[in-house]
Amino acid sequence: MISVSGLSKSFTLHTQGGAVLSVLQNASLTVAPGECVALTGESGSGKSTLMRILYGNYLAGGGRVVIGGTDLTRAAPHRIISLRRETLGYVSQFLRVVPRVPAVEVVAEPLLALGVDEAAALDRARRLLTRLRVPEPLWSLSPTTFSGGEQQRVNIARGFAHAYPVLLLDEPTASLDAVNRDTVLQLIEEAKTGGAAIVGIFHDAAARARVADREVDVSQFTPRTS
Amino acid sequence: MTPILQVGGLTKRYGRHIGCLDVGFRLFPGEVMGVVGESGSGKSTLLSCLAGLLTPDAGEVIFDTRAEGPRDTLTMSDPERRMLGRTDWAFVHQNPRDGLRMRVSAGGNVGERLMAVGAKRYGTIRSAAEDWLSRVEIDVSRIDDRPAAFSGGMQQRLQIARNLVSGPRLVFMDEPTGGLDVSVQARLLDLLRGLVRRMGLSAIVVTHDLAVVRLLADRIMVMKDGRVVETGLADQVLDDPQHAYTQLLVSSVLQV
Amino acid sequence: MTGYNFAYLDEQTKRMIRRAILKGVAIPGYQVPFASREMPMPYGWGTGGVQVSAAVLTPDDRFKVIDQGSDDTTNAVSIRKFFQKVTDVETTERTCAATVIQTRHRIPETPLTEDQILVYQVPIPEPLRFLEPRETETRKMHALEEYGLMHVKLYEDIARNGAISTAYAYPVQVHDRYMMDPSPIPKFDNPKLESPAIQLFGAGREQRIYAVPPYTQVVSLDFEDYPFDPSKAERPCALCGATDSYLDEVITDDRGGCMFVCSDTDYCAERRGEAA
Repeated sequence: MISVSGLSKSFTLHTQGGAVLSVLQNASLTVAPGECVALTGESGSGKSTLMRILYGNYLAGGGRVVIGGTDLTRAAPHRIISLRRETLGYVSQFLRVVPRVPAVEVVAEPLLALGVDEAAALDRARRLLTRLRVPEPLWSLSPTTFSGGEQQRVNIARGFAHAYPVLLLDEPTASLDAVNRDTVLQLIEEAKTGGAAIVGIFHDAAARARVADREVDVSQFTPRTS
Repeated sequence: MTPILQVGGLTKRYGRHIGCLDVGFRLFPGEVMGVVGESGSGKSTLLSCLAGLLTPDAGEVIFDTRAEGPRDTLTMSDPERRMLGRTDWAFVHQNPRDGLRMRVSAGGNVGERLMAVGAKRYGTIRSAAEDWLSRVEIDVSRIDDRPAAFSGGMQQRLQIARNLVSGPRLVFMDEPTGGLDVSVQARLLDLLRGLVRRMGLSAIVVTHDLAVVRLLADRIMVMKDGRVVETGLADQVLDDPQHAYTQLLVSSVLQV
Repeated sequence: MTGYNFAYLDEQTKRMIRRAILKGVAIPGYQVPFASREMPMPYGWGTGGVQVSAAVLTPDDRFKVIDQGSDDTTNAVSIRKFFQKVTDVETTERTCAATVIQTRHRIPETPLTEDQILVYQVPIPEPLRFLEPRETETRKMHALEEYGLMHVKLYEDIARNGAISTAYAYPVQVHDRYMMDPSPIPKFDNPKLESPAIQLFGAGREQRIYAVPPYTQVVSLDFEDYPFDPSKAERPCALCGATDSYLDEVITDDRGGCMFVCSDTDYCAERRGEAA
């Protein structure tokens, strides 16, 4: 489902005299359906950069990034948009939502975007929020005012609302208590069973050990500074 | 998939000054494209040329019409273009006063497009107006009030209702949240997002507010001195800007 | 009438006005611009109608002038006297005897014939002006037949008053094409716009002439569920007993007394003559 080869990425900082920051070189990665790959490597090694490139959030410098048959480095924006709607899910560390939208609608939105019936979408959203122990009185409120942990659980519920064939998880268990952490890991396991190809960053070694089938050390792709 | 709008080589000069130069892009059904840049970057000129309010010096603006498929709106006759302007197209102005009839009631403002295409039953027009007022969260009891009695946010929502009542497929928006309080902006953005999704609208939104494009747009086109300097997915352009000008623009935004 | 050309205007001006009239007749309801002349009376006193009358009058005509249906109000009297002085044509107060009738704000009750010309005095010829102040835009709207705005006006009426409350200058569509302001006649008169007579409209200040040729379809705008209603007072004329005429309210004393009488004085007098 995911096939990355010869990927490189550097940032040119025009506002800082055109300094070039090289982050990834000749990176490659393959993930099969039903497989979970954990990205490892110390902070700054480019884990998050790689994740963002997989989502099309960062532009690849060179190489190929094929997700579900679409090469992100060549695809027109509208192709990437429909890929994200149907195939490619992403749970980031931070929730970014329109103020004023109730939590339950935030969670249901990916389903509504797919054209799922509103009642069915909201029903699925409520079940996920229940499972992740977001107190019911909060459902009709905007998550902008929630605590960090609550926001993170809304974010995860949103990421798992639709059964994406490809799922990117950036620290999904950070800032969660043990019970909720367990629920999230269950969700990941269910997604794997459902055939999702998953790439994740887990600082939590126990979590990583439980869900990841393989580890890929991103520091091997860090360009050697001469 | 046929793009709803295909633009190529669009150029408008004001004497020796460049309005916009050689602008081209394709917009697909259901897509929202944000056009960003600072004042004078040519984004409003571009929007006016696309919507047929200004005649460009060169280029083509091919719209996928309902009846005849893709047609260059610049070579259409005036009546055809005006007909598009009140059926398949909508234009939301920054200042609601430019897009509303201030001496006509809210209901009359919403009903005008229906009457323009031949609606002849008062009851039907009235209930469509009521339906649209509630869709844009205006209390239906205000249907006979004139827009002058409305707040800025309500006026803007009324302008949106007036535009969307005819079921357009392409909406042009010029700084739709400009001049509104932040909380009012959020409500409007939320409303627009919902309408865009439910009606499957395609839209081109001109704004200098990067927060607005992040929440509303799928794609971004960055303009500087009348030229397009960068295009891409909205979050990609904002998070990984490539052009020096875009980097400056993104880094100039205050973080909250 | 020494010192004046027949009907005051010089022959070139009359030809210019006749050309505008012919164009107006050829394009029913279309407002034809013309070079309105200064007349020896102020704007608002019927300078447009007077110029049209001057252009169509011949020495053999019999001329009648009414103002709000009456032959003896100041405006009607001064225009009649003006034409007596500058044309020497015969004048009359009898509708059926007249060949040219200049009117302000009424259509005579007595049905007109093919031998007659009715000349209207028009203050504002543009029916779309109510909502669209730009002349460039209203012209475009006429050209492209974009008449949705007219219904917005009627919509506003119903929304505010529960019914179409426009009682005069009620907009019409002529020959299924041009939207036309019939001048400030009461809507009661609108059905009479479909007539065997030639109807000419002159707006002096706005410099426009338009026309409704004989037997032309003239439709008063409405909604399907709020159809046009010419409305008629629920009482007969207090003088002649007519039940089919437009009535004026006449105050008879200082204690609120009043009576309703025919606005068309000739019609009322004829009926009383017949009755006597």
